[in-house]
Amino acid sequence: MTDSVAVSDDVQVAAIELRAESTSTRGQRWRRRYGLAAIGVAIIVAWMLVALLAPWIAPYRPDLVDVTQRLLPPSAAHWLGTDTLGRDVLSRLLYGARVSLFVSILVVLLGAAFGILVGGIAAYAGGWVEHALMRFTDLVLCFPPIILAMAIAAALGIGTVNTMIAMLVVWWPKFARLARGLVLVQRHQEYVEAAHVIGYGPGRVLLKHILPNALGPLIVLCTLDVGHAILVFAGLSFLGLGVVPPTAEWGAMVSEGRELVEQWWCATFAGLAIFTVVMGFNFLGDGVRDWLDPRARRR
Amino acid sequence: MFRYVSNRLITSVVLALFATLVVFLIASVVPGDPILAMLGDLAASKPEIVAEYRARWGLDLPLWQQYWIFLQRLFHGDLGISISTGRPVLADIAQYAPATVELGTIAFVLSIAIGVPFGIVAAVWRDSWVDHSARFISLVGVSSPVFWLAFIALTIFYGWLQIAPGPGRLDPIDFPPANVTGSFLIDSLIAGDWETFKTAFAHLILPSLVLCAATLGLITRITRASMLETLGQDYVRVARAKGMKERAVIVRHALPNALIPVITLAGLAYANLLTGTVLTETIFSWPGLGRYTFRSALSLDLPAIMGMTLLFAIVYLIINLLVDLSYALVDPRVLKR
Repeated sequence: MTDSVAVSDDVQVAAIELRAESTSTRGQRWRRRYGLAAIGVAIIVAWMLVALLAPWIAPYRPDLVDVTQRLLPPSAAHWLGTDTLGRDVLSRLLYGARVSLFVSILVVLLGAAFGILVGGIAAYAGGWVEHALMRFTDLVLCFPPIILAMAIAAALGIGTVNTMIAMLVVWWPKFARLARGLVLVQRHQEYVEAAHVIGYGPGRVLLKHILPNALGPLIVLCTLDVGHAILVFAGLSFLGLGVVPPTAEWGAMVSEGRELVEQWWCATFAGLAIFTVVMGFNFLGDGVRDWLDPRARRR
Repeated sequence: MFRYVSNRLITSVVLALFATLVVFLIASVVPGDPILAMLGDLAASKPEIVAEYRARWGLDLPLWQQYWIFLQRLFHGDLGISISTGRPVLADIAQYAPATVELGTIAFVLSIAIGVPFGIVAAVWRDSWVDHSARFISLVGVSSPVFWLAFIALTIFYGWLQIAPGPGRLDPIDFPPANVTGSFLIDSLIAGDWETFKTAFAHLILPSLVLCAATLGLITRITRASMLETLGQDYVRVARAKGMKERAVIVRHALPNALIPVITLAGLAYANLLTGTVLTETIFSWPGLGRYTFRSALSLDLPAIMGMTLLFAIVYLIINLLVDLSYALVDPRVLKR
């Protein structure tokens, strides 16, 4: 029973929603599934382009300070206004996409790789190895993620790399949990036995035979998780534990503008950026989830 | 049942013990030098002061001995002295905890009180405007950064419309009610101070709404999904075939079964709300544990960080344990696994 608790809330909700959706008509399902996913992909691709092309499309340098132009409202010269140091909010926003997307995607990929390895080995080896690895996973899971990440980030010192390390420490366990469950199912399939009989070693069987068959749900968790990672990283940055100033980062931008109620543009647009990109990943994750689920595909 | 309960209890205690080790290790192997942070540049440059300091805090002992001392103190309820406030960490926790519990509980009540009915209506009137707006609201709740929501809420309702009070638990001119439970709502009622109650309540509205946004979305989603699934079951069809009124079918037959997964999620949601107040408290200047943790993290106040991390881990463990046990009570199939 301990297992069901820590598999992330998302997965639980997804499983129930999937069972419930079976009663709607095919057209409705299709639209709900691929319509939202397509919007999600469009949003993500747009932001990725922004991140890539930031130096070319940004009207100003993101760290160009001009105190004579400080706290200007949105205008033709500065579409989204300027901040306390007279820096162009739009330019900082565009550059900020680089940090947020890069950090969160990397954290999710590395966290997933490590978690899948731990969970896969645990399920495949069984016995005391499994027991030890899974209790270790439980141990990390018994800390609230943001608190543990905060403690580690503070202990390591402020900086983007350190924040990523802190996030990685709290990120892998859910992948380990999920991977273990998936590999357990595959382990007793005939093709695995066949691979053993041919004489393949355990490493090869696990990586080349079992994992590809267990990958679907893990990919879903990855896509859903990038949005979550963006939120956590922005949160840590907001608290001053993410990037080193004057790096343009969305969470830090909201933090810099949070006292400025009259100059609302300083914080509002950066938050809006976080919101749209997270929503994009949530849309995509929902779509991918339905698409990869064998039960949904059958219908 | 007994075996299951004792098994879960032992696991939780063992995990809690290991959690102390993790916390201890984070604090002792940090590259960021706490001595430098505590003493400042000038004092840290003199070796004899550093040596005396290390001896005083036991930092010159081998690691396992330090851990042993740490554990012994822990069992006596001694979490050490906070470097920034100069008071025992436990005293700090006792002072700041009520504000967090009050905020987290109100947010929890809100997310259940709004999310569950919303989810039920969305499922019953599927694809109606209620369903679509439930979907939209839960999406906004799950996707928006909580610190940004807080900023928007403060800007609109406090800055522009001026219908909501500013940050903090009370207005700066107010005196807190006599301390009994630490909850301003309860304490002001005990004191019979109606005005303070109203102010405290008004100050709770924005932070608790902001805090509950993500949880509210999740609860609505799972209630809707679970309700939809239950409404498709055979026994619901039978109840309808018997000619029962639709309201009775929904409330008496479908709802109790649909709520089982909601209970599990609600328990976890409460744990997340209590431990996830850092951002909300920071932006609303809420004098609770979240803001305390954040401040100690920034000033590298290791005893406080360790104490808080440990406290949050134990709260998490206890709530998880309670959720598991209550789940076993509601759904006996769990025990057979």
